[in-house]
Amino acid sequence: MNRTPAIIRPFTARAGAPVRPAKAALNYLAVCVAVIAVVWASLAAAGISLNFDFVAQYRVRLWDGFCMTVGISAASLVISLALGVLVAAGQGARLLPLRYLCDLYVKIIRGTPLIVQVYFFYYIIGTAWGIDNRVLAGIVILSLFSGAYIAEIVRGSLLSIDAGQLEAARAVGFTRAQTLRYVVAPQLVARTLPALTGQVASIIKDSSLLSVIAVIELTQTIREITATNYNFFGGFLLLGALYLVLTLPIMAISRHFEKRLDYAH
Amino acid sequence: MRISLDHLCKSFDGVEVLRDITFNEEVSALAIIGPSGGGKSTLLHIIGGLETPTSGTMAVDGQPIDFDEASLRAYRTTLGFVFQDSGLFHHMSALENVALPLHVVHGVGAPEADDRARELLARLGLKDALAKRPAQLSGGQKQRVAIARALAARPRLLLLDEPTSALDPEFTTEVLDVVRDLAEEGTRFIIVTHEMGFARHACDHVAFLYGGRLLEYGPSERIFAHPETPELSRFLSRLLEWSM
Repeated sequence: MNRTPAIIRPFTARAGAPVRPAKAALNYLAVCVAVIAVVWASLAAAGISLNFDFVAQYRVRLWDGFCMTVGISAASLVISLALGVLVAAGQGARLLPLRYLCDLYVKIIRGTPLIVQVYFFYYIIGTAWGIDNRVLAGIVILSLFSGAYIAEIVRGSLLSIDAGQLEAARAVGFTRAQTLRYVVAPQLVARTLPALTGQVASIIKDSSLLSVIAVIELTQTIREITATNYNFFGGFLLLGALYLVLTLPIMAISRHFEKRLDYAH
Repeated sequence: MRISLDHLCKSFDGVEVLRDITFNEEVSALAIIGPSGGGKSTLLHIIGGLETPTSGTMAVDGQPIDFDEASLRAYRTTLGFVFQDSGLFHHMSALENVALPLHVVHGVGAPEADDRARELLARLGLKDALAKRPAQLSGGQKQRVAIARALAARPRLLLLDEPTSALDPEFTTEVLDVVRDLAEEGTRFIIVTHEMGFARHACDHVAFLYGGRLLEYGPSERIFAHPETPELSRFLSRLLEWSM
């Protein structure tokens, strides 16, 4: 029989088997220590000394930037959710121009970098249509961007709804509206929630690109601060940490939904 | 109840599945048998208002059935349908599966719908499964919940589309026993089935569908004891080849 040597047993687990919390914590801690050690060694080798003294000095601006990132992300999430659901429905529309418009929108947005969209919408569309509020423009751009991804998430879930469920809904006498409300919507929510939560983390990260049109969110705040104190390493490491403060809990929530809602598969 | 089909035809993308079905009989316990691909399930779907024929007419108790969606929906609410598998809503408990359509479609008050669902599920031996979702139930339990849902609104006719084809043998018996008990209590039903023992002993009439045609119809004893067409003789002898 193939036995794991005693010395490495605290660090192994069979794939799929549950890991005891203490063992998991120990191993996670070991990984974190190793990662920090590598970063530390790299910084030392590059001759960089980190300095976070500026945090106290700029704490108000940092807090404002943090709030702006959260606000823009939250607004974009709400709008892109509505947009995504509409576009996903539009991709199955009977009216062909509408169907293809939705399809083209998803393809173009998903097929181009966000930075191109930011410049294009802000400087060309924004200027042409008189949108000069940067925050508003930023929310619109981020919503358009994220909406295409959400449309794909929703469309995938719609396609994965079992035809038998719809036939059963007809058989019990549900109208189309009742089928939507009692059968399609609940199953759609259950299937899309994990992926949608993941999308929230993406929106938060992607909002950093709005700094290129000078929306004073977190990234732009750090850019402005580092432009005056030249503390790029401290500034951007802090920036990464602040995004993790937002995204790590969201990823945990996504994982939680994944486990809780898989009743049908 | 009297079901009348007149020159009923059905094609899917130019492929003819049902050919010129004409049938005018009293139905109380009818089995539709025949080889796979013979059109049994399609015929049951048309009778159940889930599918529309390409041509021909249908009448139930002398009432002609209109094949527009609104009329069909109203017609479907008077029937109960049980599918081969997975007809239950995945995200609802057994109790909700039975009670919700009763409440939403038939306008029964929520507490009354709940009571009726509990009573039915208990009668079908599912007292301990009320809160379970379909994924937590055995195949036989799922089909019994589906039967409870189909019966909830006291339909005038129960339609069962191969309700035991996806089940292990012991669950098959469990589900067929339920249908037989219901029939003895006076529930009218049409069943598409490959269980010949059930068709012969629990159904009073049998229809044999072959290649989209209704080749034979008659009392079940006669159909099994004296098949008139070579197709039915061959079909039955094939089925008996491996039986004890």
